[in-house]
Amino acid sequence: MKVLVAVKRVVDYNVRVRVKPDHTGVDTAHVKMSMNPFDEIAVEEAVRLKEAGLVTEIVAVSCGVALCQETLRSALAMGADRAILVETNQELQPLAVAKILQALVKKEAPQLIILGKQAIDDDANQTGQMLAALCDLPQATFASKVTLMDGHAQVTREIDGGLETLSLTLPAVITTDLRLNEPRYLTLPSIMKAKKKPLDTLSPDTLGVDVTPRLKTLKVAEPAARLAGIKVPDVKTLVDKLKNEAKVL
Amino acid sequence: MTILLIAEHDNHQLKGGMHNAVSAASTLANLSGQELHVLVAGHQAQSVANEVAQLAGVAKVRLADATQLAEGLAENVTATALKIAASYSHIVLLASAYGKNIAPRIAAKLDVAQISEVIAIRSLDTFERPIYAGNVIATVQSTDPIKVMTVRGTAFEAAAVQSQNAPLESIEAAPETGFSQFMRRELTQLERPELTAAKVVVSGGRGLGSAENYTKLLEPLANQLGAALGASRAAVDAGFVPNDYQVGQTGKIVAPQLYLAVGISGAIQHLAGMKDAKVIVAINKDADAPIFGVADYGLVGDLFELVPELVTELQKA
Repeated sequence: MKVLVAVKRVVDYNVRVRVKPDHTGVDTAHVKMSMNPFDEIAVEEAVRLKEAGLVTEIVAVSCGVALCQETLRSALAMGADRAILVETNQELQPLAVAKILQALVKKEAPQLIILGKQAIDDDANQTGQMLAALCDLPQATFASKVTLMDGHAQVTREIDGGLETLSLTLPAVITTDLRLNEPRYLTLPSIMKAKKKPLDTLSPDTLGVDVTPRLKTLKVAEPAARLAGIKVPDVKTLVDKLKNEAKVL
Repeated sequence: MTILLIAEHDNHQLKGGMHNAVSAASTLANLSGQELHVLVAGHQAQSVANEVAQLAGVAKVRLADATQLAEGLAENVTATALKIAASYSHIVLLASAYGKNIAPRIAAKLDVAQISEVIAIRSLDTFERPIYAGNVIATVQSTDPIKVMTVRGTAFEAAAVQSQNAPLESIEAAPETGFSQFMRRELTQLERPELTAAKVVVSGGRGLGSAENYTKLLEPLANQLGAALGASRAAVDAGFVPNDYQVGQTGKIVAPQLYLAVGISGAIQHLAGMKDAKVIVAINKDADAPIFGVADYGLVGDLFELVPELVTELQKA
Protein backbone atom coordinates (compact mmCIF):
# COMPACT_ATOMS: atom_id res chain seq x y z
CA MET A 1 0.00 0.00 0.00
CA LYS A 2 0.95 3.58 -0.58
CA VAL A 3 1.80 6.09 2.15
CA LEU A 4 1.84 9.86 1.79
CA VAL A 5 4.09 11.77 4.19
CA ALA A 6 3.99 15.55 4.56
CA VAL A 7 7.18 17.36 5.54
CA LYS A 8 7.79 21.02 6.35
CA ARG A 9 10.95 23.11 6.13
CA VAL A 10 11.31 25.12 9.34
CA VAL A 11 13.93 27.08 11.26
CA ASP A 12 16.18 24.47 12.92
CA TYR A 13 15.02 23.66 16.43
CA ASN A 14 18.34 24.73 17.95
CA VAL A 15 18.17 28.25 16.54
CA ARG A 16 17.28 31.10 18.85
CA VAL A 17 14.86 33.03 16.63
CA ARG A 18 14.80 36.83 16.40
CA VAL A 19 11.86 39.07 15.69
CA LYS A 20 12.40 41.54 12.81
CA PRO A 21 12.79 45.14 14.00
CA ASP A 22 9.55 46.15 12.23
CA HIS A 23 7.62 43.37 14.02
CA THR A 24 6.30 41.88 10.79
CA GLY A 25 7.74 38.45 11.37
CA VAL A 26 10.70 36.36 12.44
CA ASP A 27 14.04 36.80 10.72
CA THR A 28 14.54 33.63 8.67
CA ALA A 29 17.20 34.94 6.28
CA HIS A 30 20.61 33.35 6.87
CA VAL A 31 19.16 31.08 9.53
CA LYS A 32 19.72 27.32 9.53
CA MET A 33 16.64 25.51 8.24
CA SER A 34 15.84 21.83 8.52
CA MET A 35 13.03 19.32 8.42
CA ASN A 36 10.45 19.80 11.17
CA PRO A 37 11.40 17.21 13.86
CA PHE A 38 7.88 15.73 14.03
CA ASP A 39 7.97 15.22 10.25
CA GLU A 40 11.27 13.33 10.48
CA ILE A 41 9.44 10.98 12.80
CA ALA A 42 6.62 10.68 10.24
CA VAL A 43 9.07 9.77 7.48
CA GLU A 44 10.88 7.31 9.73
CA GLU A 45 7.60 5.58 10.60
CA ALA A 46 6.68 5.25 6.92
CA VAL A 47 10.12 3.82 6.13
CA ARG A 48 9.84 1.32 8.98
CA LEU A 49 6.44 0.19 7.69
CA LYS A 50 8.00 -0.31 4.28
CA GLU A 51 10.92 -2.24 5.76
CA ALA A 52 8.37 -4.43 7.56
CA GLY A 53 6.85 -5.26 4.16
CA LEU A 54 3.55 -3.52 4.91
CA VAL A 55 4.05 -0.57 2.60
CA THR A 56 5.09 -0.59 -1.05
CA GLU A 57 5.57 3.08 -1.85
CA ILE A 58 6.30 6.23 0.15
CA VAL A 59 5.51 9.62 -1.38
CA ALA A 60 6.93 12.64 0.45
CA VAL A 61 5.22 16.00 -0.04
CA SER A 62 6.24 19.50 0.91
CA CYS A 63 4.50 22.82 0.22
CA GLY A 64 6.27 26.16 0.00
CA VAL A 65 9.25 27.86 -1.60
CA ALA A 66 11.66 26.18 -4.04
CA LEU A 67 14.14 25.50 -1.21
CA CYS A 68 11.71 22.95 0.24
CA GLN A 69 13.35 20.64 -2.30
CA GLU A 70 16.17 20.21 0.21
CA THR A 71 13.70 18.98 2.81
CA LEU A 72 12.24 16.55 0.29
CA ARG A 73 15.73 15.29 -0.60
CA SER A 74 16.27 14.53 3.08
CA ALA A 75 13.01 12.56 3.13
CA LEU A 76 14.16 10.68 0.01
CA ALA A 77 17.50 9.97 1.66
CA MET A 78 15.69 8.56 4.69
CA GLY A 79 13.90 6.12 2.40
CA ALA A 80 10.96 7.79 0.67
CA ASP A 81 10.53 6.63 -2.94
CA ARG A 82 9.54 9.86 -4.64
CA ALA A 83 8.68 13.40 -3.78
CA ILE A 84 6.23 16.13 -4.73
CA LEU A 85 6.87 19.81 -4.17
CA VAL A 86 3.87 22.10 -4.32
CA GLU A 87 5.72 25.31 -4.98
CA THR A 88 4.49 28.77 -4.01
CA ASN A 89 5.93 31.91 -2.49
CA GLN A 90 2.63 32.67 -0.80
CA GLU A 91 2.48 32.32 2.99
CA LEU A 92 0.79 28.97 3.66
CA GLN A 93 -1.45 28.45 6.66
CA PRO A 94 -2.62 25.03 7.91
CA LEU A 95 -5.99 25.17 6.13
CA ALA A 96 -4.27 25.91 2.81
CA VAL A 97 -1.75 23.09 3.30
CA ALA A 98 -4.57 20.72 4.25
CA LYS A 99 -6.39 21.64 1.03
CA ILE A 100 -3.26 21.05 -1.07
CA LEU A 101 -2.77 17.70 0.63
CA GLN A 102 -6.44 16.89 0.07
CA ALA A 103 -5.94 17.41 -3.67
CA LEU A 104 -2.89 15.13 -3.58
CA VAL A 105 -4.73 12.48 -1.60
CA LYS A 106 -7.38 12.47 -4.30
CA LYS A 107 -4.69 12.16 -6.97
CA GLU A 108 -2.43 9.60 -5.30
CA ALA A 109 -5.04 7.61 -3.32
CA PRO A 110 -2.73 6.62 -0.44
CA GLN A 111 -4.01 4.25 2.25
CA LEU A 112 -2.23 6.09 4.98
CA ILE A 113 -1.22 9.72 5.37
CA ILE A 114 1.34 10.53 8.07
CA LEU A 115 2.15 14.05 9.28
CA GLY A 116 3.96 15.49 12.27
CA LYS A 117 1.62 16.57 15.07
CA GLN A 118 2.82 20.18 14.83
CA ALA A 119 5.41 22.36 13.14
CA ILE A 120 7.85 23.94 15.58
CA ASP A 121 7.54 27.38 13.94
CA ASP A 122 3.80 28.14 13.90
CA ASP A 123 3.04 25.58 16.66
CA ALA A 124 -0.44 25.25 15.17
CA ASN A 125 -1.07 21.51 15.52
CA GLN A 126 -3.88 21.60 12.93
CA THR A 127 -2.92 20.34 9.47
CA GLY A 128 -3.42 16.59 10.03
CA GLN A 129 -6.80 17.07 11.67
CA MET A 130 -7.90 19.46 8.90
CA LEU A 131 -6.77 17.06 6.20
CA ALA A 132 -8.70 14.21 7.82
CA ALA A 133 -11.79 16.43 8.01
CA LEU A 134 -11.54 17.58 4.38
CA CYS A 135 -11.04 14.02 3.09
CA ASP A 136 -13.63 12.63 5.51
CA LEU A 137 -11.12 10.18 6.92
CA PRO A 138 -10.59 8.98 10.48
CA GLN A 139 -7.73 10.57 12.40
CA ALA A 140 -5.33 9.47 15.10
CA THR A 141 -3.33 12.40 16.38
CA PHE A 142 -0.27 12.41 18.69
CA ALA A 143 0.59 8.80 17.83
CA SER A 144 3.20 6.98 19.90
CA LYS A 145 2.60 3.53 18.36
CA VAL A 146 1.22 2.42 15.00
CA THR A 147 0.30 -1.15 14.04
CA LEU A 148 -1.17 -2.03 10.65
CA MET A 149 -3.43 -5.07 10.30
CA ASP A 150 -6.09 -6.16 7.79
CA GLY A 151 -7.34 -2.84 6.57
CA HIS A 152 -6.98 -1.14 9.93
CA ALA A 153 -4.43 0.96 11.75
CA GLN A 154 -4.24 0.47 15.46
CA VAL A 155 -2.80 3.64 16.93
CA THR A 156 -1.82 4.43 20.50
CA ARG A 157 -2.19 8.15 21.18
CA GLU A 158 -0.64 10.34 23.84
CA ILE A 159 -3.45 12.04 25.73
CA ASP A 160 -3.33 14.25 28.82
CA GLY A 161 -3.90 11.52 31.39
CA GLY A 162 -1.83 8.81 29.70
CA LEU A 163 -2.42 6.78 26.54
CA GLU A 164 -5.38 5.63 24.48
CA THR A 165 -5.62 3.19 21.61
CA LEU A 166 -7.90 3.59 18.60
CA SER A 167 -8.58 1.39 15.62
CA LEU A 168 -9.00 3.28 12.34
CA THR A 169 -10.42 1.94 9.10
CA LEU A 170 -7.96 2.68 6.28
CA PRO A 171 -7.42 5.05 4.58
CA ALA A 172 -6.64 7.19 7.61
CA VAL A 173 -4.60 10.17 8.79
CA ILE A 174 -2.03 9.83 11.56
CA THR A 175 0.01 12.58 13.21
CA THR A 176 3.19 11.70 15.07
CA ASP A 177 4.31 12.46 18.59
CA LEU A 178 7.97 12.53 19.60
CA ARG A 179 7.78 9.13 21.24
CA LEU A 180 6.78 7.27 18.07
CA ASN A 181 10.34 6.46 16.99
CA GLU A 182 13.94 7.63 16.73
CA PRO A 183 14.62 8.88 13.18
CA ARG A 184 17.69 7.45 11.47
CA TYR A 185 20.76 9.45 10.52
CA LEU A 186 21.37 10.04 6.84
CA THR A 187 24.33 8.21 5.36
CA LEU A 188 26.36 9.59 2.46
CA PRO A 189 25.36 6.76 0.06
CA SER A 190 21.68 7.33 0.87
CA ILE A 191 22.06 11.07 0.23
CA MET A 192 23.72 10.33 -3.13
CA LYS A 193 21.00 7.86 -4.05
CA ALA A 194 18.29 10.39 -3.08
CA LYS A 195 19.58 12.79 -5.74
CA LYS A 196 18.44 10.36 -8.43
CA LYS A 197 14.96 9.79 -7.01
CA PRO A 198 12.06 11.55 -8.79
CA LEU A 199 10.87 14.92 -7.52
CA ASP A 200 7.86 16.48 -9.23
CA THR A 201 6.95 20.12 -8.89
CA LEU A 202 3.33 21.27 -8.95
CA SER A 203 1.64 24.52 -8.06
CA PRO A 204 -1.46 25.16 -5.92
CA ASP A 205 -3.12 26.52 -9.08
CA THR A 206 -2.67 23.33 -11.07
CA LEU A 207 -4.20 21.49 -8.12
CA GLY A 208 -7.06 23.98 -8.10
CA VAL A 209 -6.44 25.08 -4.52
CA ASP A 210 -6.93 28.61 -3.21
CA VAL A 211 -4.22 29.20 -0.62
CA THR A 212 -5.13 32.74 0.43
CA PRO A 213 -4.33 33.17 4.15
CA ARG A 214 -7.36 33.55 6.42
CA LEU A 215 -5.45 34.87 9.39
CA LYS A 216 -3.70 38.19 9.17
CA THR A 217 -0.61 38.55 11.32
CA LEU A 218 -0.82 42.08 12.67
CA LYS A 219 2.34 41.94 14.71
CA VAL A 220 4.93 39.63 16.15
CA ALA A 221 6.89 40.51 19.25
CA GLU A 222 9.20 39.02 21.83
CA PRO A 223 7.36 37.98 24.98
CA ALA A 224 8.02 40.04 28.08
CA ALA A 225 11.50 39.01 29.10
CA ARG A 226 11.82 37.11 32.30
CA LEU A 227 14.83 38.36 34.17
CA ALA A 228 17.21 36.13 36.01
CA GLY A 229 16.78 36.40 39.74
CA ILE A 230 19.36 35.71 42.35
CA LYS A 231 21.40 32.73 43.41
CA VAL A 232 20.96 31.85 47.04
CA PRO A 233 23.79 30.35 49.06
CA ASP A 234 21.87 27.62 50.89
CA VAL A 235 18.56 25.84 51.43
CA LYS A 236 17.76 27.83 54.55
CA THR A 237 17.96 31.13 52.63
CA LEU A 238 15.87 29.65 49.81
CA VAL A 239 13.03 28.65 52.12
CA ASP A 240 13.22 32.02 53.86
CA LYS A 241 13.00 33.87 50.51
CA LEU A 242 10.11 31.74 49.27
CA LYS A 243 8.25 32.38 52.47
CA ASN A 244 8.91 36.02 53.19
CA GLU A 245 9.91 37.61 49.88
CA ALA A 246 8.04 35.66 47.18
CA LYS A 247 5.30 34.60 49.60
CA VAL A 248 4.58 31.38 47.74
CA LEU A 249 4.86 28.98 50.68
CA MET B 1 -23.91 35.94 17.38
CA THR B 2 -23.54 33.62 20.31
CA ILE B 3 -20.38 31.97 21.60
CA LEU B 4 -20.05 28.19 21.85
CA LEU B 5 -17.63 26.45 24.19
CA ILE B 6 -17.14 22.71 23.80
CA ALA B 7 -16.67 21.09 27.19
CA GLU B 8 -13.96 18.56 27.91
CA HIS B 9 -14.87 15.93 30.48
CA ASP B 10 -14.78 12.22 31.29
CA ASN B 11 -18.60 11.88 31.48
CA HIS B 12 -18.38 12.40 35.25
CA GLN B 13 -16.65 15.71 35.74
CA LEU B 14 -15.23 18.65 33.85
CA LYS B 15 -11.54 18.68 33.05
CA GLY B 16 -9.53 20.97 35.34
CA GLY B 17 -8.67 23.70 32.84
CA MET B 18 -12.31 24.04 31.72
CA HIS B 19 -13.03 26.71 34.35
CA ASN B 20 -10.38 28.82 32.64
CA ALA B 21 -11.78 28.08 29.19
CA VAL B 22 -15.22 29.21 30.41
CA SER B 23 -13.79 32.54 31.51
CA ALA B 24 -11.98 33.01 28.16
CA ALA B 25 -15.21 32.24 26.29
CA SER B 26 -17.25 34.52 28.53
CA THR B 27 -14.79 37.34 27.78
CA LEU B 28 -15.83 36.92 24.13
CA ALA B 29 -19.50 36.82 25.12
CA ASN B 30 -19.09 40.09 27.04
CA LEU B 31 -17.31 41.72 24.12
CA SER B 32 -20.05 40.78 21.68
CA GLY B 33 -22.90 41.33 24.12
CA GLN B 34 -24.13 37.83 23.33
CA GLU B 35 -24.66 34.64 25.30
CA LEU B 36 -22.19 31.89 26.04
CA HIS B 37 -23.46 28.37 25.40
CA VAL B 38 -21.59 25.21 26.36
CA LEU B 39 -21.86 21.96 24.43
CA VAL B 40 -21.45 18.85 26.54
CA ALA B 41 -21.06 15.91 24.17
CA GLY B 42 -20.83 12.63 26.02
CA HIS B 43 -22.67 9.64 27.34
CA GLN B 44 -24.54 9.83 30.64
CA ALA B 45 -22.76 13.10 31.27
CA GLN B 46 -25.62 14.80 33.15
CA SER B 47 -23.35 15.57 36.11
CA VAL B 48 -20.94 17.37 33.77
CA ALA B 49 -23.79 19.45 32.38
CA ASN B 50 -24.87 20.35 35.92
CA GLU B 51 -21.32 21.26 36.88
CA VAL B 52 -20.77 23.57 33.91
CA ALA B 53 -24.24 25.13 34.31
CA GLN B 54 -23.05 26.60 37.63
CA LEU B 55 -20.09 28.48 36.18
CA ALA B 56 -20.24 32.26 35.93
CA GLY B 57 -20.93 33.45 32.40
CA VAL B 58 -22.63 30.31 31.09
CA ALA B 59 -26.10 31.15 29.70
CA LYS B 60 -27.13 27.75 28.40
CA VAL B 61 -25.84 24.18 28.40
CA ARG B 62 -26.57 22.02 25.38
CA LEU B 63 -26.26 18.35 26.21
CA ALA B 64 -25.80 15.70 23.53
CA ASP B 65 -26.03 12.25 25.06
CA ALA B 66 -25.23 9.19 22.97
CA THR B 67 -23.08 6.07 23.24
CA GLN B 68 -21.00 7.16 20.23
CA LEU B 69 -19.96 10.27 22.19
CA ALA B 70 -18.77 8.32 25.26
CA GLU B 71 -15.05 8.34 24.42
CA GLY B 72 -14.78 11.81 22.91
CA LEU B 73 -13.67 10.60 19.47
CA ALA B 74 -12.87 13.54 17.19
CA GLU B 75 -15.02 12.25 14.33
CA ASN B 76 -18.18 11.88 16.41
CA VAL B 77 -17.78 15.01 18.53
CA THR B 78 -17.11 17.06 15.38
CA ALA B 79 -20.19 15.67 13.62
CA THR B 80 -22.37 16.59 16.60
CA ALA B 81 -20.81 20.05 16.98
CA LEU B 82 -21.42 20.73 13.28
CA LYS B 83 -25.15 20.26 13.77
CA ILE B 84 -25.24 23.49 15.77
CA ALA B 85 -21.99 25.26 14.73
CA ALA B 86 -23.46 27.52 12.06
CA SER B 87 -25.43 29.57 14.59
CA TYR B 88 -22.33 30.65 16.51
CA SER B 89 -19.73 33.35 15.85
CA HIS B 90 -17.00 31.76 17.99
CA ILE B 91 -16.32 28.11 18.81
CA VAL B 92 -13.89 27.70 21.68
CA LEU B 93 -12.10 24.64 23.05
CA LEU B 94 -9.45 24.22 25.70
CA ALA B 95 -5.94 23.80 24.21
CA SER B 96 -5.53 20.30 25.66
CA ALA B 97 -4.97 17.01 23.82
CA TYR B 98 -8.78 16.79 23.49
CA GLY B 99 -9.29 20.33 22.19
CA LYS B 100 -6.31 20.22 19.83
CA ASN B 101 -7.61 16.96 18.38
CA ILE B 102 -11.09 18.29 17.66
CA ALA B 103 -10.88 22.04 16.97
CA PRO B 104 -9.05 21.84 13.60
CA ARG B 105 -11.46 19.17 12.40
CA ILE B 106 -14.42 21.44 13.12
CA ALA B 107 -12.67 24.44 11.53
CA ALA B 108 -11.86 22.57 8.31
CA LYS B 109 -15.46 21.34 8.01
CA LEU B 110 -16.60 24.96 8.33
CA ASP B 111 -13.87 26.05 5.88
CA VAL B 112 -12.36 28.49 8.36
CA ALA B 113 -8.90 28.88 9.85
CA GLN B 114 -8.33 27.77 13.42
CA ILE B 115 -6.45 29.84 15.99
CA SER B 116 -4.34 27.72 18.36
CA GLU B 117 -3.41 28.30 22.01
CA VAL B 118 -4.86 31.78 22.37
CA ILE B 119 -3.28 33.52 25.37
CA ALA B 120 -5.01 36.91 25.08
CA ILE B 121 -8.22 38.17 23.51
CA ARG B 122 -7.75 41.67 22.08
CA SER B 123 -11.14 41.93 20.37
CA LEU B 124 -13.73 39.65 18.79
CA ASP B 125 -11.41 38.92 15.87
CA THR B 126 -7.92 39.68 17.21
CA PHE B 127 -5.96 37.32 19.41
CA GLU B 128 -2.48 36.74 20.74
CA ARG B 129 -0.80 33.36 20.48
CA PRO B 130 2.72 32.06 21.08
CA ILE B 131 4.79 30.71 18.19
CA TYR B 132 8.35 29.31 18.00
CA ALA B 133 8.06 27.46 21.31
CA GLY B 134 6.82 30.55 23.11
CA ASN B 135 9.78 32.67 22.04
CA VAL B 136 7.59 34.92 19.92
CA ILE B 137 4.05 36.22 20.45
CA ALA B 138 1.96 36.73 17.32
CA THR B 139 -1.08 39.00 17.20
CA VAL B 140 -3.44 37.58 14.59
CA GLN B 141 -6.70 38.78 13.11
CA SER B 142 -9.22 36.34 11.73
CA THR B 143 -11.11 37.24 8.56
CA ASP B 144 -13.43 34.23 8.81
CA PRO B 145 -17.14 34.42 9.66
CA ILE B 146 -16.76 31.83 12.44
CA LYS B 147 -13.71 31.90 14.70
CA VAL B 148 -12.67 28.44 15.85
CA MET B 149 -10.01 28.58 18.52
CA THR B 150 -8.31 26.78 21.36
CA VAL B 151 -7.43 28.73 24.48
CA ARG B 152 -4.51 28.12 26.80
CA GLY B 153 -6.02 27.48 30.22
CA THR B 154 -3.14 28.90 32.23
CA ALA B 155 -3.50 32.29 30.48
CA PHE B 156 -7.02 32.91 31.84
CA GLU B 157 -8.53 33.15 35.31
CA ALA B 158 -10.84 30.35 36.40
CA ALA B 159 -14.57 31.11 36.17
CA ALA B 160 -16.32 31.35 39.53
CA VAL B 161 -18.97 28.88 40.68
CA GLN B 162 -22.31 30.53 41.37
CA SER B 163 -25.52 29.39 42.95
CA GLN B 164 -27.98 29.72 40.07
CA ASN B 165 -27.88 27.23 37.24
CA ALA B 166 -27.94 27.98 33.52
CA PRO B 167 -30.79 26.16 31.76
CA LEU B 168 -30.14 22.80 30.15
CA GLU B 169 -31.25 21.80 26.68
CA SER B 170 -30.90 18.39 25.10
CA ILE B 171 -29.75 18.21 21.51
CA GLU B 172 -29.54 15.25 19.20
CA ALA B 173 -26.15 13.65 18.61
CA ALA B 174 -24.95 12.98 15.08
CA PRO B 175 -24.95 9.29 14.12
CA GLU B 176 -21.84 7.15 14.73
CA THR B 177 -19.34 7.85 11.92
CA GLY B 178 -18.10 4.29 12.17
CA PHE B 179 -14.56 4.49 10.82
CA SER B 180 -12.78 5.07 14.11
CA GLN B 181 -13.17 2.77 17.11
CA PHE B 182 -12.08 3.31 20.66
CA MET B 183 -10.09 0.34 21.98
CA ARG B 184 -8.70 1.18 25.40
CA ARG B 185 -7.23 3.87 27.61
CA GLU B 186 -4.40 3.55 30.10
CA LEU B 187 -4.40 6.46 32.50
CA THR B 188 -1.55 7.27 34.84
CA GLN B 189 -2.81 6.96 38.40
CA LEU B 190 -2.32 10.25 40.19
CA GLU B 191 -2.70 10.91 43.88
CA ARG B 192 -1.58 14.48 43.43
CA PRO B 193 -3.03 17.65 41.95
CA GLU B 194 -3.29 17.65 38.18
CA LEU B 195 -0.15 19.09 36.57
CA THR B 196 -1.77 21.88 34.55
CA ALA B 197 -3.93 23.04 37.46
CA ALA B 198 -1.47 22.68 40.37
CA LYS B 199 -0.40 25.69 42.43
CA VAL B 200 3.02 24.16 42.96
CA VAL B 201 4.93 21.95 40.51
CA VAL B 202 8.08 20.00 41.31
CA SER B 203 9.81 18.95 38.11
CA GLY B 204 12.80 16.67 37.60
CA GLY B 205 15.27 16.29 34.77
CA ARG B 206 18.11 14.15 33.60
CA GLY B 207 20.20 15.22 36.58
CA LEU B 208 18.22 12.84 38.79
CA GLY B 209 19.91 9.91 37.08
CA SER B 210 17.23 7.23 37.46
CA ALA B 211 13.55 6.51 38.01
CA GLU B 212 14.36 5.40 41.58
CA ASN B 213 16.06 8.70 42.35
CA TYR B 214 13.17 10.63 40.81
CA THR B 215 10.72 8.91 43.16
CA LYS B 216 12.99 8.88 46.19
CA LEU B 217 13.95 12.56 45.99
CA LEU B 218 11.01 14.34 44.42
CA GLU B 219 8.01 12.57 45.97
CA PRO B 220 8.78 13.65 49.56
CA LEU B 221 9.30 17.20 48.29
CA ALA B 222 6.05 17.19 46.30
CA ASN B 223 4.20 15.70 49.29
CA GLN B 224 5.57 18.40 51.57
CA LEU B 225 4.43 21.14 49.16
CA GLY B 226 1.18 19.52 48.00
CA ALA B 227 2.66 19.79 44.53
CA ALA B 228 2.14 18.08 41.19
CA LEU B 229 5.12 16.24 39.72
CA GLY B 230 6.48 17.13 36.30
CA ALA B 231 9.51 16.31 34.21
CA SER B 232 11.68 17.47 31.35
CA ARG B 233 11.71 15.58 28.08
CA ALA B 234 15.12 14.12 28.97
CA ALA B 235 13.65 12.52 32.09
CA VAL B 236 10.73 11.13 30.10
CA ASP B 237 12.94 9.77 27.33
CA ALA B 238 15.23 8.18 29.90
CA GLY B 239 12.16 6.37 31.28
CA PHE B 240 12.16 8.00 34.75
CA VAL B 241 8.45 8.88 34.43
CA PRO B 242 5.56 8.44 31.93
CA ASN B 243 5.11 10.83 28.98
CA ASP B 244 2.22 12.71 30.47
CA TYR B 245 4.56 14.17 33.14
CA GLN B 246 6.36 16.17 30.47
CA VAL B 247 6.37 19.94 30.74
CA GLY B 248 7.32 21.88 27.59
CA GLN B 249 6.50 22.81 24.02
CA THR B 250 5.48 19.26 23.18
CA GLY B 251 4.19 18.39 26.63
CA LYS B 252 2.07 20.35 29.06
CA ILE B 253 2.04 24.10 29.59
CA VAL B 254 1.96 25.03 33.27
CA ALA B 255 1.84 28.36 35.07
CA PRO B 256 1.82 27.56 38.79
CA GLN B 257 2.59 29.91 41.69
CA LEU B 258 5.82 28.04 42.29
CA TYR B 259 7.83 25.88 39.88
CA LEU B 260 10.80 23.94 41.22
CA ALA B 261 13.15 22.69 38.50
CA VAL B 262 15.44 20.00 39.87
CA GLY B 263 18.31 18.77 37.71
CA ILE B 264 16.83 20.45 34.61
CA SER B 265 19.20 22.40 32.37
CA GLY B 266 16.43 24.52 30.80
CA ALA B 267 16.32 23.88 27.03
CA ILE B 268 14.08 26.34 25.17
CA GLN B 269 11.51 23.59 24.57
CA HIS B 270 11.21 23.09 28.33
CA LEU B 271 11.12 26.80 29.12
CA ALA B 272 8.20 27.13 26.67
CA GLY B 273 6.14 25.06 29.07
CA MET B 274 6.88 26.77 32.38
CA LYS B 275 8.25 30.27 31.99
CA ASP B 276 4.94 31.84 32.96
CA ALA B 277 5.18 30.41 36.48
CA LYS B 278 5.01 33.16 39.09
CA VAL B 279 8.15 32.05 40.89
CA ILE B 280 10.76 29.69 39.47
CA VAL B 281 13.33 27.94 41.62
CA ALA B 282 16.21 26.03 40.04
CA ILE B 283 18.42 23.48 41.73
CA ASN B 284 21.31 22.46 39.51
CA LYS B 285 24.97 21.68 39.94
CA ASP B 286 25.91 23.58 36.75
CA ALA B 287 25.99 27.28 37.58
CA ASP B 288 25.87 28.11 33.85
CA ALA B 289 22.73 26.09 33.09
CA PRO B 290 20.21 28.15 31.08
CA ILE B 291 17.53 27.50 33.70
CA PHE B 292 19.29 30.03 35.96
CA GLY B 293 18.56 32.65 33.28
CA VAL B 294 14.85 32.50 34.13
CA ALA B 295 14.91 31.35 37.76
CA ASP B 296 13.95 33.82 40.49
CA TYR B 297 15.94 31.81 42.99
CA GLY B 298 18.78 29.55 42.04
CA LEU B 299 20.61 27.07 44.19
CA VAL B 300 23.85 25.71 42.76
CA GLY B 301 24.90 22.37 44.11
CA ASP B 302 24.33 18.65 44.34
CA LEU B 303 20.61 17.95 44.16
CA PHE B 304 21.07 14.67 46.03
CA GLU B 305 22.05 16.68 49.11
CA LEU B 306 20.00 19.83 48.53
CA VAL B 307 16.59 18.25 47.90
CA PRO B 308 16.46 16.19 51.13
CA GLU B 309 17.77 19.23 52.99
CA LEU B 310 14.98 21.31 51.44
CA VAL B 311 12.37 18.78 52.60
CA THR B 312 13.72 18.95 56.15
CA GLU B 313 13.79 22.73 56.09
CA LEU B 314 10.21 22.91 54.76
CA GLN B 315 9.05 20.61 57.57
CA LYS B 316 10.53 23.05 60.07
CA ALA B 317 9.09 26.11 58.37
